[in-house]
Amino acid sequence: MSDIAHRIDQANDEALRRMLVGEPVLVDVIPAAEAMPALKDHMILHAGPPVKWEDMCGPMRGAVAGIAMFEGWAPDLETAARMAGEGAFDFQPNHHFDAVGPMTGMTTIGQPVMVVENRAFGNRAYCTINEGLGKVMRFGGNDAEVLDRLRWLRDDFGPAMGRALRAGDGIPLKSLVARGLTMGDEMHQRNVGCTGLMLRALSPAMAKTASDLGALSKALAFIGGNDQFFLNIAMAMGKAIMDPVRGIEASSIVTAMSRNGTEFGIRVSGTGDTWFTAPVEMPEGLYFPGFTEADANPDMGDSTIVETVGLGGFAMGAAPAVAGFVGAGNASEAANFTRAMAEITSGQNPEWTIPALDYQGVPSGIDIRRVVETGLAPTINTGIAHREPGIGQVGAGVVRAPLACFHQALRAYAEKMGVA
Amino acid sequence: MTETRFSDLLDSPLEVINVGLEGFAEELLADGGEVVHVDWSPPAGGDVEMAKLLSKLGA
Repeated sequence: MSDIAHRIDQANDEALRRMLVGEPVLVDVIPAAEAMPALKDHMILHAGPPVKWEDMCGPMRGAVAGIAMFEGWAPDLETAARMAGEGAFDFQPNHHFDAVGPMTGMTTIGQPVMVVENRAFGNRAYCTINEGLGKVMRFGGNDAEVLDRLRWLRDDFGPAMGRALRAGDGIPLKSLVARGLTMGDEMHQRNVGCTGLMLRALSPAMAKTASDLGALSKALAFIGGNDQFFLNIAMAMGKAIMDPVRGIEASSIVTAMSRNGTEFGIRVSGTGDTWFTAPVEMPEGLYFPGFTEADANPDMGDSTIVETVGLGGFAMGAAPAVAGFVGAGNASEAANFTRAMAEITSGQNPEWTIPALDYQGVPSGIDIRRVVETGLAPTINTGIAHREPGIGQVGAGVVRAPLACFHQALRAYAEKMGVA
Repeated sequence: MTETRFSDLLDSPLEVINVGLEGFAEELLADGGEVVHVDWSPPAGGDVEMAKLLSKLGA
């Protein structure tokens, strides 16, 4: 083996080691301004790599207008959109603030964020609370129903969940996800098992710290009635696990994949925090009644951090029900997705195993060299937003990361390694 | 050492290992041949620039 190959292997072994020893624990729910002191008034964090207002897609613009109303920065959607065009808001990626957000990924000072602490490294990551399905802000929804729900999450649900978490020592997520994989979850488009487990873990402390039984009942019903409640927790977990993997010299492992609805971006450990971007692709999937592919917005959201840690499309073999939901073929074909992703990763996670694949660990540590060599782009399970602002989710599907991101990354990585 | 002539090869039942394009294997199978197909493609799908970088990076 050449010296450079040996050096890269050692760096990638270290990257995978850091991924596997991570100890993510859900510890709190606090206002975003408290969690992220650098997050200021009139600042809007969004999903994906950096994007300007003029380049934002329909649902992203709809969410921006909605969140500006929610924060009291604009009296109505039209004014909010005009203010955005005039530069009244500072747009920044969630990833630059230790945070992630699903789909449009709006994060602002007044919203509550869930806090996941990686106790092996001491870092924290943040994500807003999942709003439920259908017409919600993460899919570009912005009407009174959407804003009222966000106010309830801010004023009632978030504080209640935070009180419950602070009453204990937090909820360890690694073992919870391991159980979810045995219950048919892949943690991106199926979170039924993990949401149930989270409800079981949270309920006693939420009951113990509640002062109003009606509010408690509503909060528990909200968790129990939202199959995707755990998604945002899984995302914060993914971010908390991957951040300590950043900046390992000579490592070709991907530390983040993310989309803003216009561009797809990746970051690679050995090239630091540089984004390598390419136009996003259109998911192939199934649509809710009354909607078709003509209504769909291209790929969007920070939720690909779930695939970056080996879950989602990489763990499709654990979740045959998802294959049908996202239109990826028969249940028996789900395992093929996981096997294919094993060809572009540097190892498996022995603690996150898939029973139907003879307890094979989920493929972990995406190596840009393997992606470029095989031409196998990471598979992502995703929700599909309507292309117009204000409508919401219209389906779910599978999408591939654009290979062009990996080609760009490989060029920069080779230059960094002195072999370009 | 026995010398095998090309005509001998065609006179005996064919046992083929097909590398790359699956269409060749499918044609032989359709004609009753015995084929093992190897799913292979050139590194980086034949992109010369990427293949050179991969080679320098030990892939």
